[in-house]
Amino acid sequence: MSPKVIPIFVPQANQAPGCGAKGGAGKSGCGSSAGEHDLPPEVWAKVKDHPCYSEQAHHHFARMHVAVAPACNIQCNYCNRKYDCANESRPGVVSEKLTPELAAKKVLAVAAEIPQLSVVGIAGPGDALANPDKTFRTFNLIQKEAPDIKLCLSTNGLMLPDHVQAIADLNVDHVTITINMVDPEVGEQIYPWIYYNRKRWKGRDAARILGERQMEGLEMLTAKGILVKVNSVMIPGVNDRHLAEVNQAVKSRGAFLHNIMPLISDPAHGTHYGLTGQRGPTPQELKELQDSCEGGMNLMRHCRQCRADAVGLLGEDRGAEFGTDKIAAMDVAYDPEPRLAYREFVERERSDQDAARASELAALSGQAGDEKVLVAVTTKGGGRINQHFGHAGEFQIYELSNAGSKFVGHRKVENYCQGGWGEEDILEDVTAAIKDCAAVFTSKIGLCPRKDLATAGIEVVDGYAHEYIESSLIAWFRQRTESAQPAASVA
Amino acid sequence: MPYKIISSTCTACTACEPVCPNVAIREKNGTYIIDPKKCTECEGEDPQCVEVCPVDGCVVVDKSLPRYAA
Repeated sequence: MSPKVIPIFVPQANQAPGCGAKGGAGKSGCGSSAGEHDLPPEVWAKVKDHPCYSEQAHHHFARMHVAVAPACNIQCNYCNRKYDCANESRPGVVSEKLTPELAAKKVLAVAAEIPQLSVVGIAGPGDALANPDKTFRTFNLIQKEAPDIKLCLSTNGLMLPDHVQAIADLNVDHVTITINMVDPEVGEQIYPWIYYNRKRWKGRDAARILGERQMEGLEMLTAKGILVKVNSVMIPGVNDRHLAEVNQAVKSRGAFLHNIMPLISDPAHGTHYGLTGQRGPTPQELKELQDSCEGGMNLMRHCRQCRADAVGLLGEDRGAEFGTDKIAAMDVAYDPEPRLAYREFVERERSDQDAARASELAALSGQAGDEKVLVAVTTKGGGRINQHFGHAGEFQIYELSNAGSKFVGHRKVENYCQGGWGEEDILEDVTAAIKDCAAVFTSKIGLCPRKDLATAGIEVVDGYAHEYIESSLIAWFRQRTESAQPAASVA
Repeated sequence: MPYKIISSTCTACTACEPVCPNVAIREKNGTYIIDPKKCTECEGEDPQCVEVCPVDGCVVVDKSLPRYAA
C-alpha cells in the first residue's frame, strides 16, 4: 500500500464496518463525499471535476445537459414526456429539443460564459441510446471543438450492449444506467412495455429483457474501465425493499456509484404513478434506504434530479439564459484559458479546504460521545458558507459526529427573501424543511427569520460567513460538545 | 388502410421516424406525418410506428383510405 502524500487524521474508532477504506485513507471509503484519498488515483482523476460523480466536485463544477435525444424505447410508469414547463425541474422535462449542431454550439456558448463547466451529458428527454445517431454526432462535434470537456450519457440500458464500443471510442468515460429492479416480477410493476427487436414487449417479458440487457451493458462497460453510475428510483411499495438487492447486483458487476433517488409523483405531471396516487418516499425513508445500502459502495446523496436541459452548478439552472434562438444567432469562439485558470484555482481551494478540515478533525479527535446532529448550510457553491439565508433555494444538509462531517442531502425551498421584504408563509415552509436540524449556517440573515428559527429551536450561526463549510461545521460541533460537557474530562 | 398520426397528441419525439421500414414517416411543421402511399401497415409484422409510440391512440388506422396495394 503506497503512503499518502498528505497525512490526514483517521478516526479509527468511528470507521463504519464493511467500508472499503484502506490504510492511510482519509475519510471512510463509503459515503457520497469520497475524495482524493478514498479512491484509486485513476478513478479520482476521472471523477474529481465531475459534479455528479463526486460530492466534492459538485461545489465547484457545473454540468449541462443537451436535449438532443427525444425518442425513447421503453415506457416507465414515473415518466410522461408530453408536458414541458420552464418552471419545472425534474428528469425528462425539457423546453427545446436541439439538433446536434446547435447542441455543440450551445456547449461552446455556455463554456465561454461559465468557466465552471466541466461536463456535458445527454440525458434525454428520451433515451440517449434510443437516438444513437444524434447522441454520438453531438459528442463527436463537442470533442472536436472542446476536447477538455468531459462527456457522459444516461440510458435505460436497453440498447446499451450494442453501443459500448462507440461509447469507448468517443472516450465517454461516465455512463449512468437507470436500474430499478433485477427481478421481472418487480419490473412489470414499473415498466408497462418496451420496444425491442421490432416488437413491443409487455409485462414480465419486457422486464426480463430490460433487466438482462442492463446487466450485460453494465458488465461490458466496467470491463472497459468506463465508470458507471447506477440510478434507481425508489418507489414505496413497489421496489423500496428490492433496491438492496439491486445494490448488491450492480456492486458485484463493478458499478462505481449508486444513486437512489425518490420517486417524483404528482397528478399534474400526468404520469401513471401520479395519476394513480402512488406516493414518493419521505426524506427519512430515502435516507434510511441509502444508509442501509452504503457499506462498501459509494452512494450519491447530492443528486438534484435535474432537467434534461439543465445548465449550471447542481442546484441552479441557468438554462433559460441559453435559449435556442439566442444560441443560433450567436458568434461563439472557443477559449479554454478561463476554464484552465478556474481549474487551477479549484485545485488550490481544495487543498486548502482539505487542510482546514484535517486540522479541525485533529482537534476533534478523542472527544467522547456518540451524538449525531444534522445542520443546514446555505451556499452559492465553492464549498463555502456564502449565501444569504433569504436567497437560499435549497439547504445542504450535513451530519456531524465525532467522525467529522458528512454531506447527507439537500432540501429544496422557495426563496424567502423577495427583494427587501420577506414572505411569512414561505418562512414557515423553510423552517419546516429544516426542523430536524440543530442549526443553520448562513452568511447573513434578517432579524425576523432569526427569531422564528430560534422559536423553532434551530440555532442560527452566521459567525462563519464566507468560511469553508466542512471545517466550520466541525469547529462548531467541537465547541458545542465541549460546552455541553465541560466538567467531564477535567474532573 | 394506412396508418395516420393524430397531430394533436403527437409529442414529436421522433421515435417512429427511424423504425418505419418503408421510410414513410417524416416531420412536417413540428409534428410527424405518415405518407399513405408508402405505408404498408407493416404487413406480416406489428406496425412499427404503433409499437414504438409512447402516446396511446396517437397512431391509428386511417379508415378513409383504401388498403395499401403493392
